[in-house]
Amino acid sequence: MAEPLLEVRDLKKHFAVGSSLLGGVQGWVKAVDGISFTVNRGETLGLVGESGCGKTTTAKLVLAAEEVTSGTIAFEGRDIATLRGKDLANYRSRVQVVFQDPYSSLSPRMRVGDIIGEPIEAHERLSRREVQSRVGELLDLVGLRPDVARLFPHEFSGGQRQRLAIARALSTNARLIVLDEPVSALDVSIRAHIISLLEEIQARLAVSYLFIAHDLAAVTHLSQQTAVMYLGKLVEVANSLELCATPLHPYTKALFAASLPSHPDEPREEIVLSGEVPSALNPPSGCHFHPRCPFVMPRCSEQEPELVELSPGHRVACHLYD
Amino acid sequence: MPPLLRVTDLKTHYFGFGGTRVVKAVDGISFSLDAGETFGLVGESGCGKTTTCHALVRLLAPSARIVSGSIELEGEDLLGKSQHEMREIRGRRIATILQDPMASLDPLFSIYDQVAEPAYYHRAFRGQKLRQRVKELLTGVRIPSPEVRMKNFPHQLSGGMRQRIVGAIAQAGGPQIIIADEPTTNLDVTIQLQYLNLLRDLQRASGVALIFVTHNLGIVAKMCDRVAVMYAGKIVEMQSVRGLFYDPKHPYTKALLDSIPKLGTRQPLYAIPGQPPDLSDLPTGCSFHPRCARAMERCRTEEPWEHPMGNGATARCWLPIEEATRG
Repeated sequence: MAEPLLEVRDLKKHFAVGSSLLGGVQGWVKAVDGISFTVNRGETLGLVGESGCGKTTTAKLVLAAEEVTSGTIAFEGRDIATLRGKDLANYRSRVQVVFQDPYSSLSPRMRVGDIIGEPIEAHERLSRREVQSRVGELLDLVGLRPDVARLFPHEFSGGQRQRLAIARALSTNARLIVLDEPVSALDVSIRAHIISLLEEIQARLAVSYLFIAHDLAAVTHLSQQTAVMYLGKLVEVANSLELCATPLHPYTKALFAASLPSHPDEPREEIVLSGEVPSALNPPSGCHFHPRCPFVMPRCSEQEPELVELSPGHRVACHLYD
Repeated sequence: MPPLLRVTDLKTHYFGFGGTRVVKAVDGISFSLDAGETFGLVGESGCGKTTTCHALVRLLAPSARIVSGSIELEGEDLLGKSQHEMREIRGRRIATILQDPMASLDPLFSIYDQVAEPAYYHRAFRGQKLRQRVKELLTGVRIPSPEVRMKNFPHQLSGGMRQRIVGAIAQAGGPQIIIADEPTTNLDVTIQLQYLNLLRDLQRASGVALIFVTHNLGIVAKMCDRVAVMYAGKIVEMQSVRGLFYDPKHPYTKALLDSIPKLGTRQPLYAIPGQPPDLSDLPTGCSFHPRCARAMERCRTEEPWEHPMGNGATARCWLPIEEATRG
């Protein structure tokens, strides 16, 4: 039975626009606007969407790097907004992150051993030697030789750097790793290495992932559950394989149609969306997707659809299924 | 009839440290392009795709030099041309679309000025006719309300719209060939689909030939007629797009196809061991042999030649050559 590790309920993050000392707030960007999802222990939840849909803000909220506007994030049953001092530090050691660009996420002036060792020293009382041996184990786990600990990041290729970032994320025995586009910056042949490594680590350590990406094929490959996000809201959440087989929301369908074929004769439903993602500052009324939706109905511009469960585990927010 | 573009044994090397370090970015590639065709050039970063494009329009970095080979456009040798003569070719006969639209657009000129420039210089449009032409081009790349947009500056447009403007500029000189170097890498997936469909429609309308440079095999599957796979400065396989996906000849192509996640399956991915080689210090023999699952003794010492495989396909690999000699 899947056991929840992270439960996000009705999470909102609104940023004020145009607020200054003298002028008032001119508007709100609803970067994340009432989303709920669960990441189970040892499983992966994929979060897909285009730029500006709120994926990265969601990641920051889960990492406790931004304060939530409203809603709750519960980790192992405790609301993280109530955590203070030691408890918060402990939470941060249990939830780690791997960023997209391994060139800017590793300090060029620190040796690999210190990059991976620093979180261990910050969170645990261990002797220098113990830290070193832990770093060696972690490097081995991500497929690098332990003696690279004395090198600097510039001596590594992009794929190897991403391995270092994964080793750093694992250094404090994290239970949840937020992967923010971890393979987008890598070459095709290297992507497969990192995806396979992430799978292997999950099988071995039963760690959970929140996998954020725009590449549907990679997301559905790695995640049991996939959530599709559009302008701050979840439009569909389902088992990944089911989502591939029967996407319900028109936006999900369009995303699948837009994902590139794996060979020249692959049948593709042609749904070409007109227009671009609207600004989150002035989102369209009703369903945010209605100006681009090929199946739009009159009520879509008036009433916002709720995320409802159509079949077990498959939730969708669209008036077509009311 | 000669092909529209014929590249023969092109070598472009970068020279560093006073000539002591030679990076063989493009090392003897040959291909041809017919009118109206879409030719894909695929490979990972550092395999020489972009250097090939720059060599075709003779816009190489100062440290790079075309060492040998020839580039012929309708039988005319481009390498013998002066930079002055090349200006008559760039934009007018061969246009380019680069990855980052913000880098190809000048922030200080209006959209009108930038789209009008090639039509003004290369096609001698003036006055009202020029204005009409710019409007047509912007409508062609589906810019809504072109009259308003042509007064805008690049920063006022979204990424997808900027890239469409670059497409309009490429069309403005009425070229025979458009080189698109990773044109959709910076775009979101739904915008990418819009852009690829747009390029295909423009091609159907004008009959321009496209050279599509990408690392994304999905784009190749969608867009291209013929494909060349590059590895370490060489074309290791060239064939029709269907041939490539259904019957890849080179182990590198096979490995690449197996390393991509496919929608709706959880098949384990094949990870090609090792990393692409350093172009200034290539392995002996076949450059791919240290990463190849089927490498033989001969691969380590001797370099394979481009072996014809029927139906216009070629592969640079010892396996098919040995099979052929064995009968």
